[in-house]
Amino acid sequence: MIDASEAVRARNLTRVFSDESGGEVVALGGVDFVLAPGEFVSLIGPSGCGKSTLMRLIADLDEPSGGSLTVFGKSASEARLAGDYGIAFQQAGLLPWRTVRANVELPLEIHGVDRASRRERVAELIEMIGLSEFADHFPDQLSGGMQQRVAIARSLSEQPRLLLMDEPFGALDEMTRERMQNELARIRRETGAAVVFVTHSIPEAVFLSDRVVVMSQRPGRIIDELRIDLGPGADGAGEIREDGAFFRALTAVRESFHGSPNAHSPGSE
Amino acid sequence: MRGKPATRTLLYGLAGIVALALLWEGYKAIGPEAGFSLGQVPLLPRTSDLAMPHVWTMAERLFLPATALPGSPALWVPVLEAARFSLRIAAAGWVLGVLLSALLALVMLRFRLARAAILPWVVLSQTVPLIAIAPLVRRWGAQIQLGEFSWENWMSVAVIATYLAFFPVTVGTLRGLSSPQQSHLDLMRSFGAGWWRTLVSLRLPASVPFVLPALRLAAASAVIGTVVAEVSIGLRGGIGRLIVEYASATGGDPGKPWAPIFGAVAVGLVAAGVVALIGRLLMRFRRGEDSP
Repeated sequence: MIDASEAVRARNLTRVFSDESGGEVVALGGVDFVLAPGEFVSLIGPSGCGKSTLMRLIADLDEPSGGSLTVFGKSASEARLAGDYGIAFQQAGLLPWRTVRANVELPLEIHGVDRASRRERVAELIEMIGLSEFADHFPDQLSGGMQQRVAIARSLSEQPRLLLMDEPFGALDEMTRERMQNELARIRRETGAAVVFVTHSIPEAVFLSDRVVVMSQRPGRIIDELRIDLGPGADGAGEIREDGAFFRALTAVRESFHGSPNAHSPGSE
Repeated sequence: MRGKPATRTLLYGLAGIVALALLWEGYKAIGPEAGFSLGQVPLLPRTSDLAMPHVWTMAERLFLPATALPGSPALWVPVLEAARFSLRIAAAGWVLGVLLSALLALVMLRFRLARAAILPWVVLSQTVPLIAIAPLVRRWGAQIQLGEFSWENWMSVAVIATYLAFFPVTVGTLRGLSSPQQSHLDLMRSFGAGWWRTLVSLRLPASVPFVLPALRLAAASAVIGTVVAEVSIGLRGGIGRLIVEYASATGGDPGKPWAPIFGAVAVGLVAAGVVALIGRLLMRFRRGEDSP
């Protein structure tokens, strides 16, 4: 039974890549995953655990080898063509020949939104990320953090109910990163969008999420899910990072990680 | 090199010309008059006034009457006329070559099979010497007669210019169109953009830094192709023909054969200038070309 009240529903989702020598690499080995509307879920796990693969499947940038997947009750490809989700990657991926304004405008342009509404919406978004003075600058005139803010504004341009983010702050320095996390928490409160957030960082996941999904090394599987409740007053402000509840949640996720069967493998957190 | 004033570029250009003239005159002053050969192998060229006229002889000759006939215009007049003639043919060949390249590159981008089928032929085509195809093109052209339209010799020359020009542009355009990173392509897909939309919004703008140098190369090739084809097809009116004609004048008039060569240089400079202008217009798509 397909339930349109779910943002994402994946059942026994698998993705198998074949490598050059004809062998098979199981990137995703049967994942069940449900995302409620407005929920913020982080996917966390060591490199190669298939968290990006899962996100790419939801985005219809890749096709599953098996299992079922619906996004807002539709197939992933229908959801993509309908502009149901916004996406941001580790690389801001701005088009260098377009100004900040024109970059944010691009998805609207492609979907044939008329010029006047485009203008209005873009001005609003650029205001929200606090880059109004830079609207007519080109990406090479911006810092990495500013570029990433533009990328986030772009992902929000069509007011999507779902945001897909693949390590969007991975390339930023720690200071900028924390500021961006605060900003994302605020934006998410303002838009009420559901978020799938792929990250390597446990504190980042705990700080932002309603739920943290821990995945295992290849073949990628979900080994644990932790609900994060930072208590009342947890409105995404920076002080939460110093709160006791934050540290308890952090510890819980860490333990979940190290309690995994792959904990002894080198390189895991 | 960002923000380099145009005057400085101009000065460097002039310095280059002066250096070349000094080199010429320097060798002429110290080199052996009869040249130098080791057995049968000539190692140093002769420096006689006949073989290497002074720079000023060549320059002066441009302003003397072209022929001994009364009322003959200064030599630069027929040279300029021929340069214009050749430039127009080269331009026609260049435009045709660029259009053909764009088409080929698009087909190869769209169809993997076409890429495998066409690309080797594109590369192979450049190994056929110009001298071999020029008479063929002329002969094929002569058989074309469609109502009012009949093939003219200048068209054969333009086709050969096209033949030389299309190669760098095809390769450059294909590379440029394939240059966007996967993340940009993913992004376009996530926006629901189809193949054409991705082409217009992403691939074409991204190809500019690859296409511009190819256009410049093609402009130079089109000019060379035009001059050489004029000679091998025997087309009158252009620089190629003038070079052959004036070469026979060497005897008593050593400055004269150099005039059409200067004409060819002028044609090349104008062609390069036009491409530079196109680059100016596309400046926005070249952001980051200079950045570290």
